[in-house]
Amino acid sequence: MDQHQEYPIRLRINGQERQFAVQSWVTLLDLLRERAELTGTKKGCDHGQCGACTVLLDGKRVNSCLTLAVMHDGREVTTVEGLANNEELHPLQQAFIDCDAFQCGYCTPGQLCSAAGLIAEGEAKSIDDVRELMSGNVCRCGAYPQITEAVVRVMGLDGSKKAGEGEKPFTTGPVLA
Amino acid sequence: MNPFSFTQAADVDAALTQLAAGARPIAGGTNLIDLMKEGVMRPGQLVDINGLGLDKIENGPNGGMRLGALARNADTAYDATLRRRYPLLSAAILAGASPQLRNMATNGGNLLQRTRCYYFYDVGTPCNKREPGSGCPAKEGLNRQLAILGTSEQCIATHPSDMCVALRALDATVHVRGKNGERDIPFADFHRLPGDQPQIDSTLEPGELITHIDLPDADAFAGHSAYIKVRDRLSYAFALVSVAAGLDMDGKTIRAARIALGGVAHKPWRVEEAEAALAGKGADDAAFGAAADILLRGARGYGQNDFKLTLARNAIVQALQTAARGTKYATGEQR
Repeated sequence: MDQHQEYPIRLRINGQERQFAVQSWVTLLDLLRERAELTGTKKGCDHGQCGACTVLLDGKRVNSCLTLAVMHDGREVTTVEGLANNEELHPLQQAFIDCDAFQCGYCTPGQLCSAAGLIAEGEAKSIDDVRELMSGNVCRCGAYPQITEAVVRVMGLDGSKKAGEGEKPFTTGPVLA
Repeated sequence: MNPFSFTQAADVDAALTQLAAGARPIAGGTNLIDLMKEGVMRPGQLVDINGLGLDKIENGPNGGMRLGALARNADTAYDATLRRRYPLLSAAILAGASPQLRNMATNGGNLLQRTRCYYFYDVGTPCNKREPGSGCPAKEGLNRQLAILGTSEQCIATHPSDMCVALRALDATVHVRGKNGERDIPFADFHRLPGDQPQIDSTLEPGELITHIDLPDADAFAGHSAYIKVRDRLSYAFALVSVAAGLDMDGKTIRAARIALGGVAHKPWRVEEAEAALAGKGADDAAFGAAADILLRGARGYGQNDFKLTLARNAIVQALQTAARGTKYATGEQR
C-alpha cells in the first residue's frame, strides 16, 4: 500500500463543512492550523503534555496533537474560534478577561476549550475538582488561580454572583503528607 | 513521524487480517502517536480499530462487569455502576493522565502503553527494550522514576499505568482474540517481568487483539478501598509509587485484603502472601507495616530511586489506613 497516499476526509469545524485530502500522519492539530487556517489552536509541546492544542471533538475535549486527522472523517470539531456567538463572547472568554486569567495568552485557547469540555462533562462539583480537572492544561505564566476563578465563576461554584463580593480565597490545595 | 499506510477495520475479523499482514492497531493513539513522533516506534501500517464496536461497559459473567477494550478511560471511570461497585478502579483511572487524554485513551490501550523510561524514549541512547542488546544506561543513570522490584540486568523500566494497578488488585481477566481463536489471560499473567527479553511487555501474542476486560464480583472490597498515588506534583504526572488497596472488613477485623503497587516494577506488583498476613488481623499500623514488608521483600534501589523503598512502605501503610476508614468517592484523585 502507498504510504504517501492522501485520504479524503470531511469535518464539520465550528459549524462549517470542510473537505480535505490528508496524508496519514497529519495530526488533527496540524490540519487545523496548516490546512484549515485556524491558528487559534496552539502547538505547545506536541506531545500531549501541555494541553495548548485542546479542542472539542464531538463535544469532548481532546489533545489534537495526539490524534490523526484521518481517523475523524465525518466528525465535529470546535476550536477556540468557534466558542463565541459572532461578536458575543462565550461566558468563559468574558470570565477570563474579567479575572485576568492569562498573561502571554499562549495556553488560553486550550484552557478555554478544556474548560468548556469540563463544564459539559458535569463532574466538577467544587473548586478542588475544577483545579484537578483543569490539570491537563499547563500555564507557564502561572495564571492558575485566575484561570480557576474564571471557570468556577462561570459554573457558579464560587458562591458569589457579584465580582469581588464574598469570594473564597484561592489556595494551592492540600499537599500529600 | 515516519510515513505509513492507514486502513480502518469494520469488525474484529477485518482487524485481525490487517494485524496478520503486519499492521499495528491504533485506538486512542495517545501513546502510539507520541512514540511515533519520537521515532521510538515506526510502524509501516496502522489499522484504526475504533469502529469495532468494543466500546461497551456492561454487566459481565458471575456477577461482575465487562469493560470493552475500546471504551474510553473517562467513560469507564465515570460509569455510574462501575463507580459504585469498583471505586478502586474508578479512582485509579482518574489518577492517571489528564481529562483530555482520558477522553481519548482506551482500556485496551491503557494496558498496552509503553514505559516512560527516559532512555526508552531517547533514540540517541542505548535501551534494551527499544533495541535489544544495546544496553541499559538507566541502571547507573537517571533512574529516579524507575523500578525497585522484579528488575533484571537488562532493564529496570516500570509499567506506567494506574488503571492496571487496580485491575491487578481486582483480579481482572483480559480477553483476547487472534487468528487461532479466543483466550483469557489472568491479569497477573498479562504483563511480564523484563528478564532477558525486556522488549516484550506483555503475553499478548503478535496478531492478537484485546476485546474486553472482565472484572469479577469484588463488592466485598467496595466499601473500603483507596488508590494512593505519590508523584512529583499533585496531578498529571506518573507515579513514583502508587498503591491500590482494598479491604473486606468484618467489623474491626480484616476478612481479606488486596494490595497492588504501581511505579515500582515492570508490571503491577502484588504479593498474595502479604494479603494473607492481614486476614484475621485488626486494621492497625503494625499489621499494615508487616504486610508492606512482605510486599517489598527483595526490593533494591539503583541510586536515584533508593528513596522509593521507604516511600513505598509508607504509601502502602497510608493506603491501607485510608481504605480502612472507608471509601472516599472522588471525582479526581484521592488525596
